[in-house]
Amino acid sequence: MDFVVSQILTGLSLSSILLLVALGLAVIYGVTGVINLAHGEFVMLGAYGAWLLQTQFGWGLLASLVPIFILVGILGWLIEVAVIRHLYDRPLDTILATWGLGVMIQQIVRLTAGGELRYVQMPPSLSSSVNILGATDSAYRLFVLGFSLVLFALTWFVYRYTSFGLRLRAITQNRSVASCFGINSDRAYRMTFAYGAGLAGLAGALISPLKSVSPEMGTTYVVDAFMVVVLGGVQSLLGTLASSGLLGEVTGLLAYYGNDTIAKALVLLGIVIIIRFRPQGLFAPRVRA
Amino acid sequence: MNNNRRTFLKAGAAAGALTLAGFPHIWSKNGSLAYAQDGEIKVGVLFSLTGTTAIIEESLNKATIMAIEEINAAGGINGMKITPVIEDPASDPATFAEKARKLVLSDKCVSVFGSYTSASRKAVLPVFEKQKNLFWYPTLYEGRECSKNVIYTGAVPNQQQDDFVPWLVEKFGKRWYLIGSNYIYPKEENNYCKKLLAGLGAEVIAEEYVPLGHSEFSSVINKFRSEKPNVIFSTVVGDSVVALHRQYRAAGLDPATMPMASLTTSENEVAAMGGDAAAGHFTSAPYFMVFDSPENKKFVEAYRKRWGADKVTHFVSESAYFQVHLFSQAVAKLAASDIGPLTIREAVKGEQYKAPQGLIKVEPENLHCWLRPKIGQCKADGQFEILKQSKDWLEPNPYSAYPDQKCTADGLKQI
Repeated sequence: MDFVVSQILTGLSLSSILLLVALGLAVIYGVTGVINLAHGEFVMLGAYGAWLLQTQFGWGLLASLVPIFILVGILGWLIEVAVIRHLYDRPLDTILATWGLGVMIQQIVRLTAGGELRYVQMPPSLSSSVNILGATDSAYRLFVLGFSLVLFALTWFVYRYTSFGLRLRAITQNRSVASCFGINSDRAYRMTFAYGAGLAGLAGALISPLKSVSPEMGTTYVVDAFMVVVLGGVQSLLGTLASSGLLGEVTGLLAYYGNDTIAKALVLLGIVIIIRFRPQGLFAPRVRA
Repeated sequence: MNNNRRTFLKAGAAAGALTLAGFPHIWSKNGSLAYAQDGEIKVGVLFSLTGTTAIIEESLNKATIMAIEEINAAGGINGMKITPVIEDPASDPATFAEKARKLVLSDKCVSVFGSYTSASRKAVLPVFEKQKNLFWYPTLYEGRECSKNVIYTGAVPNQQQDDFVPWLVEKFGKRWYLIGSNYIYPKEENNYCKKLLAGLGAEVIAEEYVPLGHSEFSSVINKFRSEKPNVIFSTVVGDSVVALHRQYRAAGLDPATMPMASLTTSENEVAAMGGDAAAGHFTSAPYFMVFDSPENKKFVEAYRKRWGADKVTHFVSESAYFQVHLFSQAVAKLAASDIGPLTIREAVKGEQYKAPQGLIKVEPENLHCWLRPKIGQCKADGQFEILKQSKDWLEPNPYSAYPDQKCTADGLKQI
């Protein structure tokens, strides 16, 4: 029994990190159609932000979450204004532009913070392990799980139930028609990009106590995040939630019975097969052509 | 048009003549003179300053430069200064080979100090063998290599494991979990570890490899929890080491009953994960920063004075440092006109040097070093406590997992 529980917990914990990283990507892609290859670098910036606030100002991780969200969000805003908005009509070029941006951000961080690996201290109140139905798990991982669910719920609520969300959905359906109805789509895109970047920054800060912080850390996450978004079906937030849950649990199980190398290979193979038969992803919303 | 071509040809011929006159060593047959000209001896320094392994190779570069500066400040080698030619191979094996070729062929370096990963060593090996030059490799590695053109100053598997594995079995027990990164180094180390464990009647309950750069260890840690091994033998490398330790710690596992034993976790890695995550785990290495010897005291002080008070020394930077002194000692035995890569190799055979880790010696047969392995336990302050050290130096045996193979002065011998 405790084995089943601990396996589920492991899967959930993997899922929560996938969800955190993929959420920002899904929001940006879903609304603006930009494939943001600099997403991993926003994650990395969040992690560096946590490190900087902790080592320079003595802030705990929990206290630095809001400032990090705002700071990386502002950076996303500036990048949208300076680069991305000129490229909305050329989706392929955004891939190149955001990739280049990612490389630049990486090098800037390396030049200013150095190439060394850094670490962020876990909040002391969460550094114990807890017992759930006979299985033990790290309190911090449970916190990350809860936090990612709350973030998801918030995002979903905004998208679904606010007037801003309504306008976003209208833009997603047809940008020019929405503009004709007086919706300021430029502003909405900018907000979305900033929000997505902020989410990525939060993800980086939350991941940092479990892993090492280095200029290259973002690259691995961007691949995982794309897997989640593509499998879930772009433009579908619920799809992102479901596919991160699915991928996390499957990876956890495969890694337990085999090993991580096999798990990674099988999961990728599975995704390839699924996309072959459902190119729109598993949970894509039905749209009228 | 015609006129243009004529001028071009004329200019080309003039440039050619100038080249021949200006750089006599290109056509001069007397190559040995080139190595100790104008009172300077050129050596190559080939460590990545950018790219993924720059994190650690930068410290090796610093230790090498410091040793060269020390030797020059003390008057050089028989009055000749060492001139380092520094190249950055950017953590890329192909670039390593290209830069090595440049250092040996166009810079005419008499030796090259460099590289950290096995992949980059394998990439430069053909260059040094073909050009009959000498490469000095400071890193601990998996063994199973026999080259007459490399001086190996880091530890091979038998030097790190012969004391370590039996000690751990006796202290903690016989159920071992082997976890490593998925490439050649961990597999070769584990081959030797399994051999030692079989001799001790211990069992390997799992042998598992994670992809390089892997940073999500929750499934692995779940397995630790359900298998309950006595010892986790870890040959995970790079930033994965940091993730593994931090997640082990976060999961609430206890190093007192289920310690991780590593051959690669040095002060450098510990600094990147935080002492709290590493505390209680074990490492076997010939050198630790806390080692108490006059040579080490001098080394650590000089290093921090030169590069910053927050810097740590570790078992690869120590060998990067002492191998330059070993080089200088060998060159000092030669007349200036005799200095060349192969004469240096002959001169370094059997040479001894009082390194920070203690007295070391170069084995004439296989050009590896006799070292002094120690077992350390990490403390929360990021330093190790040395619990045990070998009484004498330990013989290097690069083929320790392969009883029918032996590296000799004539190359590999099958027994």
